Amino acid sequence: MAKITFDGIEVEVPDGTTILNAARQIGGGVVPPAMCYYTPLKGSGGKCRACLVKVSAGSAKDPRPMPKLVASCITTVQDGMVVENTINQQVLDVRKGIVEMLLINHPLDCPVCDQAGECDLQDFAFEHGVGTTRYEEERRTFEKIDIGPLIQLHMTRCILCYRCVYTANQITDNRVHGVLGRGDASEIGTYIENIIDNDFSGNVIDVCPVGALTDKTFRFKQRVWFTKPVNAHRDCTHEKCGGRVTLWYKGKDVLRVTARKDEYGEVKEWICNECRFDKKETADWVLEGPAHINRASVIAQNHYELPVVNPQVIQDLPESTTRELERNPPLRLGGLNN
Amino acid sequence: MGRKLLTEHINVEGINTFEVYRKHGGYRSVEKALKTMTPDEVVEEVKKSGLRGRGGAGFPTGMKWSFLAKPEGVPRYLVCNADESEPGTFKDRQLMSKLPHLLIEGMITGSYALGARTSYIYIRGELLYVLRILEKAIAEAYAAGFLGENILGSGYSLDLHVHPGAGAYICGEETALLESLEGKRGNPRNKPPFPAVQGLYARPTVVNNVETIAAVVPIINEGGDEYAKLGVGKSTGTKLISACGHLNKPGIYEIELGVPVEEFIYSDEYCGGIWKGRDLKAVVAGGSSVPILPKELILKTAAGENRLMTYESLSDGGFVTGTMLGSGGFIAMDETTCIVKNTWNFSRFYHHESCGQCSPCREGTGWLEKVLHRLEHGHGSMHDIDLLVSVAKQIEGNTICPLGEAAAWPVAAAVRHFRHEFEWHVTNPKEATAPGAAYRGAAVLA
Repeated sequence: MAKITFDGIEVEVPDGTTILNAARQIGGGVVPPAMCYYTPLKGSGGKCRACLVKVSAGSAKDPRPMPKLVASCITTVQDGMVVENTINQQVLDVRKGIVEMLLINHPLDCPVCDQAGECDLQDFAFEHGVGTTRYEEERRTFEKIDIGPLIQLHMTRCILCYRCVYTANQITDNRVHGVLGRGDASEIGTYIENIIDNDFSGNVIDVCPVGALTDKTFRFKQRVWFTKPVNAHRDCTHEKCGGRVTLWYKGKDVLRVTARKDEYGEVKEWICNECRFDKKETADWVLEGPAHINRASVIAQNHYELPVVNPQVIQDLPESTTRELERNPPLRLGGLNN
Repeated sequence: MGRKLLTEHINVEGINTFEVYRKHGGYRSVEKALKTMTPDEVVEEVKKSGLRGRGGAGFPTGMKWSFLAKPEGVPRYLVCNADESEPGTFKDRQLMSKLPHLLIEGMITGSYALGARTSYIYIRGELLYVLRILEKAIAEAYAAGFLGENILGSGYSLDLHVHPGAGAYICGEETALLESLEGKRGNPRNKPPFPAVQGLYARPTVVNNVETIAAVVPIINEGGDEYAKLGVGKSTGTKLISACGHLNKPGIYEIELGVPVEEFIYSDEYCGGIWKGRDLKAVVAGGSSVPILPKELILKTAAGENRLMTYESLSDGGFVTGTMLGSGGFIAMDETTCIVKNTWNFSRFYHHESCGQCSPCREGTGWLEKVLHRLEHGHGSMHDIDLLVSVAKQIEGNTICPLGEAAAWPVAAAVRHFRHEFEWHVTNPKEATAPGAAYRGAAVLA
């Protein structure tokens, strides 16, 4: 086990845990944002640089600070490590810069984007960005390519997080898409307009943090904050598919089906294309109840809750810290005072 | 005239053939190492020499070798980084095409020291003619028994392969090189794990520059202590400098580290001064990625001491008044040079070569290039000059690999030392954008 101090809060985590996952064990507003890291995908992370943090003490053995900011999603903790995230001005300034960089070539077409309301980049820009841009040059655009009847690719919105590539590599048998080109001319594409067609291809929609890959069968049907997410399951015959999904209702109609995600927007279990695209009747499913909505999502409008600090990972919190946390949200102590 | 350890026989007729190279003392280090030394003794000798990476980073080679993990029954690799593609740097190309056997000899000795049974030379894709030369030389070495099974009856076997890249500057970054060598897209890996623990095919790997590996040959032949006697302080031995730009005698020089920069530029033994009797304006001392320095700061440090061609002296003053020895790509610019245009040119290169994997570099390099393009073409504003510094700062230190810094440092340094030129492009766009225009006025603007 390794004990680390993250933004002044001590937490003990198993060896080999990344700084980001250690922060997630604390929970709440201290968790660094992540645009490319995705826990179920091996090798993901380190690309978007949104989760950079300052390591002000490397470990108990070697307490020297790390010279540069490090990507918390791929840096493992060391016993005695001291990490600064929201309390470090340099980190916050760099994060502003990362938002600015990501928004250079990501169009602000949220009003017509299906991802609006559940877009990681919207949340990231809202929490860490600034209201203006200093970029005056021409934005990059792409020739539209058709990658099949189920998935819509909007390359202009892509932030090249590589999640969809890892997904296709790791959960399907034949990846036909990848990153073509180099630098800011890189694009997600298929080899000579191949159609992405396999039983699990729909999962690339769920992992995309922005609106670059969206569900063609749901296009322009409804704004997500007018829909009602309900957890459901079915006995899927596909061996790799758990059959546990979230159905998005408008009235009595199931408008779309997605895999279930945790509070960090990460899919817990991959689902097959049959569950996702072909089963859109309530009769196909066993309903479990309303899905929990992430606090950052506009879907949760009027249901805002303060994020909760898990008391089980914070032993012997000093009273002064408790008072401070109570006085200064966004942290709330779960189960202690509420 | 300083000692030539690498290039002593470079102009000998037929030196690129095994026979002639052997006649001039070639492959002695292999014989000495395999017959009289243990691998650890070879590493120790390299440590003693104080040899530092000649590709640009300047990391002590012996220390790098000693970091190599050596788990039982797991193959290890030595990979030669011959993907030389930084603007202004052209020493390895010459070394490989003229003295291919020197590199092969260094590879054999180095591989023996590291316990590698298969080694690779990853060569820049555009250097096809050098690839042919190397392949021919490797075939000769195999035929002579210096490569293959049981070299010189020592029981040590080594296979050496040359692998051409596809022409991407980023593949000169060691982890991107390894990805490319594995047949993948040349994207740098996140570190840790470092190649010494998980490199090629996730096995312990050492990646060294061509000149670094070639330098192992004289170190083993003459001993690490002898090598360390050359140079100054922690900058030991000799270094190849590829000098280009507005010089009377551009070319590749093997210098003993410690030569004063002024002597290197102006003495007839080296570059012979600035061409056409013009005045020196600025120098990029270690390849296009290191900070540019004006004449005053390249000849003398901020403290007024003579600047020497050493790692320490050139970096004296940090990035405020110093630069780096880098890869030894020495670019001299005379008074007719437009610094803004030159910086834009460098920026174009880095924009084109960014792999696009991480956001600050992917978006930032393009942004820098576009703003510089605007300034150079007379459409910039004063705000743009500060913007350049700000964007460079946003890239620097926040990327996966050093290409971000390589793109940011030249821009930041150019603005720091030649801000008046940038301002001139804003205040006098017509004059500044005329063909061949360069700022020659007083460096003071209200």
